[in-house]
Amino acid sequence: MKVTVKLFASLRKDRFAVDDFDYQEGATVGHILASLHISEEEAAIIFINGRHGGPDSPLKDGDLLAIFPPVGGG
Amino acid sequence: MESLKEYLLARAENGLIRLSIQAWAVQNFGLTFPAAEETILGLNLLPARYQRNQRSLSCGQQLSLFRSKVAVIGCGGLGGHIVEELARLGVGNITIVDPDTFEEHNLNRQLFSKLDNLGQPKVAVAASRIKEINPAVTIVSVYDAFTSRNGSVLIEKVDVVADALDSIPRRLELAEVCEKSNIPLVHGSVGGWYGQVTTQFPGDYTLQKIYSRYIGERGIEKDLGNLSFVVAMIASIEVSEIVKILLGEGSTLKGKILSLNLLDMEFSEITF
Repeated sequence: MKVTVKLFASLRKDRFAVDDFDYQEGATVGHILASLHISEEEAAIIFINGRHGGPDSPLKDGDLLAIFPPVGGG
Repeated sequence: MESLKEYLLARAENGLIRLSIQAWAVQNFGLTFPAAEETILGLNLLPARYQRNQRSLSCGQQLSLFRSKVAVIGCGGLGGHIVEELARLGVGNITIVDPDTFEEHNLNRQLFSKLDNLGQPKVAVAASRIKEINPAVTIVSVYDAFTSRNGSVLIEKVDVVADALDSIPRRLELAEVCEKSNIPLVHGSVGGWYGQVTTQFPGDYTLQKIYSRYIGERGIEKDLGNLSFVVAMIASIEVSEIVKILLGEGSTLKGKILSLNLLDMEFSEITF
């Protein structure tokens, strides 16, 4: 299945801003994070088609996955 | 002898009261500066310092801001800009909470830090600076860390709380205290070229969602540091949210996060 992955802020460094990937049916957000070498802690905010998700969220063909890192400075 | 009201009305120029008139009234009618300000605004007159606010804020709105109470939690990068902007706008009561003193590595972005105040408490420096800028503002400075233990007392009777902290666990504590105290919280945070803002009303739990998986103290700023222009920008967006809540005007970032990437100049709004 095809999933579009969009990375925000510093997660783009040495990766990409947006790209399409082929994943096996039944892949979760957690599988995709692992394939991109992004830890669950680094993926502070996860959105699937604009809805709040988490590492356990399942994905389906055509989904748009957006991942934001934690920003905590002041 | 003419009354205070007669004195002010006779000296208003196009509805404006100059600083020298306000200062004379303070001295000769035995008033505090804030008391004189309230009388002026109550007469539908405007202290001349707010002349450039006038087209965007009515006299009544200026009085609402004067009577408002905002707590700014953290007086570093974000907090310094937030306090300065609130005071210049004419927000009448500002509580500032911070346990730190200025250090050399603050000079790259923290508005109130200077060569000659390194080592001094940030809240004390902020209070004396605001006194120099707008004596109508009442500052309560608290040289202590905000915790869930002292928090509800610190934000008692406050209309809005501004998050200007630099620690994720502290932010979550702040969000919890605001939730229990039924007070809206405007959150901002920065790291490198990036920043985010959201406004959380009681029952929203937005911050708890944002940081739900994070167990450390810091985010990307641990590796990326903080840049002056990102700090100023996020602080300014926080102030715009605060003002809208105080005045009950416009649209806020309730239930949304505005994420800024100034390196690629992308502004993304995420709805929860």
